[in-house]
Amino acid sequence: MAETVFAPWNDDSATPLIQFKNVTKRFGDFVAIDNLTQDIYAQEFFALLGPSGCGKTTMMRMLAGFETPTEGQILIAGQDMAGVPPNKRAVNMMFQSYALFPHLTVAENIAFGLKREGKPKPEIDARVDEMLRLTRLEKFGKRKPHQISGGQRQRVALARSLAKAPKLLLLDEPLGALDKKLRQETQFELMDIQEKTGTTFVIVTHDQEEAMTVASRVAVMDEGRIIQVSTPADIYERPNSVYVADFIGDVNIINGHATRAGDGYDIAYAEGAAKLHAKTSTDLGNEGKCALAIRPEKVSITAKKPAKSVNAVSGKIIDIAYLGNLSTYHVELEGGQMIKAQTANTRRLARRTFTWEDDVWLSWTDTAAIVLEG
Amino acid sequence: MRRFSLIAVPYFWLLVLFLVPFIIVFKISLSDTALAIPPYTPTLDVSTGWEGIRNFFAQLDWENFTFLTTDDLYWKAYLSSFRIAAISTLLTLLIGYPIAYAMAQSPDEWRPTLMMLVILPFWTSFLIRVYSWMGILSNEGFLNQFLLWTGLISEPLQILNTNKAVYIGIIYTYLPFMILPIYSALEKLDASLLEAAEDLGCSRITAFWLVTIPLSKQGIIAGSFLVFIPALGEFVIPSLLGGSKTLMIGKVLWEEFFSNRDWPVASAVAVILLLILIIPIVLFQRNEQKQREAEGQ
Repeated sequence: MAETVFAPWNDDSATPLIQFKNVTKRFGDFVAIDNLTQDIYAQEFFALLGPSGCGKTTMMRMLAGFETPTEGQILIAGQDMAGVPPNKRAVNMMFQSYALFPHLTVAENIAFGLKREGKPKPEIDARVDEMLRLTRLEKFGKRKPHQISGGQRQRVALARSLAKAPKLLLLDEPLGALDKKLRQETQFELMDIQEKTGTTFVIVTHDQEEAMTVASRVAVMDEGRIIQVSTPADIYERPNSVYVADFIGDVNIINGHATRAGDGYDIAYAEGAAKLHAKTSTDLGNEGKCALAIRPEKVSITAKKPAKSVNAVSGKIIDIAYLGNLSTYHVELEGGQMIKAQTANTRRLARRTFTWEDDVWLSWTDTAAIVLEG
Repeated sequence: MRRFSLIAVPYFWLLVLFLVPFIIVFKISLSDTALAIPPYTPTLDVSTGWEGIRNFFAQLDWENFTFLTTDDLYWKAYLSSFRIAAISTLLTLLIGYPIAYAMAQSPDEWRPTLMMLVILPFWTSFLIRVYSWMGILSNEGFLNQFLLWTGLISEPLQILNTNKAVYIGIIYTYLPFMILPIYSALEKLDASLLEAAEDLGCSRITAFWLVTIPLSKQGIIAGSFLVFIPALGEFVIPSLLGGSKTLMIGKVLWEEFFSNRDWPVASAVAVILLLILIIPIVLFQRNEQKQREAEGQ
């Protein structure tokens, strides 16, 4: 039985939960969000990814109601949000600093939003207990925020923002303050909770790995614009620009001149060097400037020239980065171009095949590289 | 040993500047008034040896303290001081909190200037500032002249030499002591806490009551004690701005010492005042301690 893939963004009949319509936000002369239009669907885990100052936090704060768009419209569940204050929105936010009330206990923090709704006490208590269970904080209900660890505080913040069962949960760099190991665990917890509660999550992060792990779709932002929105796999495998390719993961960019050849392009990148070939659906016309993006793990490294490979270049190992499970070789081609090639360390370090100053061949298939406009 | 010598310095300082004078005052409070220099008896005469010391102690008694209970002037003065101090503390809080709040909300580049303006009055002598209030509040003073000029009143208001003037004087003098601790508490307040409160359904006003006020509690308590403690024993303000009906223990104390020249009774009044003040001082210290502990986390 084929499982239906969750992809409402490909379904024309689906109505989005959140709609940004030509939204522009200016702070004085600074344009934080530049004429942005984007739909986000119910039950999505939508990640806004970008360097600091790219406008991702502004987008989130506009959803929460802490900022108002200078121009354009934001709709949540079809309702225009202009003039609706934060306390009147079915949106909750988990703050980067967690913003836990230091004078209240963990349970009181979680109950805070519920009490504002004026619900009866037994109902509030039941909901708080449920939230404590969900975030595995049962034992810590009576503690104050400063008496628990960073990871626990993060979970309190999550529980507090989920307690009111919002339609939309905004997470502002939720895992930024955690160490790597805890962050990875928490990412899976977040996904789990998102699935259990069925809430739409919009997460802001500058950590591409985090965005890739948790999100159903990732929006890569730069200077107030969304450069690309797609599933994590698409973003990684089929970036639409050098910016996205470079921002997500490690990549080799080879600039060159493309000429149409067969179902792709031949790319001349250096004087006297054999042309590279890449299959692509990108249309650059008959010829033009291009950038070739190749992920290091898609580049093979061998001592002799591989017989069958379409793209093979020779060079010298300049540097080796040992990452434990992986090694990244920095290889300088004859023209001076640096290419990174990554291999899994399946053997012990002492038996590594290549070392510094070795002459090696790098090769990749004609589908490994992505042709982008240069 | 090194540690001992280190703490010995402040302890010695306290001993000389606080404990010794207190013991002297306490001793005077147990003595009897006399027409002599100094105006009390007994005085310790070591030349007569052991017998003299025994004699000296035998003559000390609690008579002055019992006297304080027989004349209702004293407990009324204590009570009235307490009331004036409490009311002026409350009024100072009501005026000081909004000022501190506005300072904490103002842009960063303005804060040092505002802070400076709060502290600026301290650069002038306290006495001169209180005297200048006499110039403002008197019947021919600036305030009355201004109000008459605007036509709001047709007769000058009697403010000077009433309790009103005392309140104004105390509030004016101690306002910075209220503003500064509250400001320092509000300044530390993380703005995202208020956003979180709003996000969770509070209006701005409920967020203020549920988050800002509780989180500035330590500042409010510290400021209130810093105003209440000196206001309770205040002498200059009631005697310069207050009238004959203004009853404050500081004034009574002064009159016992300088008008009545009854040093023993005056000392007894001072000892009791000190005992009364110790309670809020201890509470204040505990509040400070608690705050340090909370911040240490």
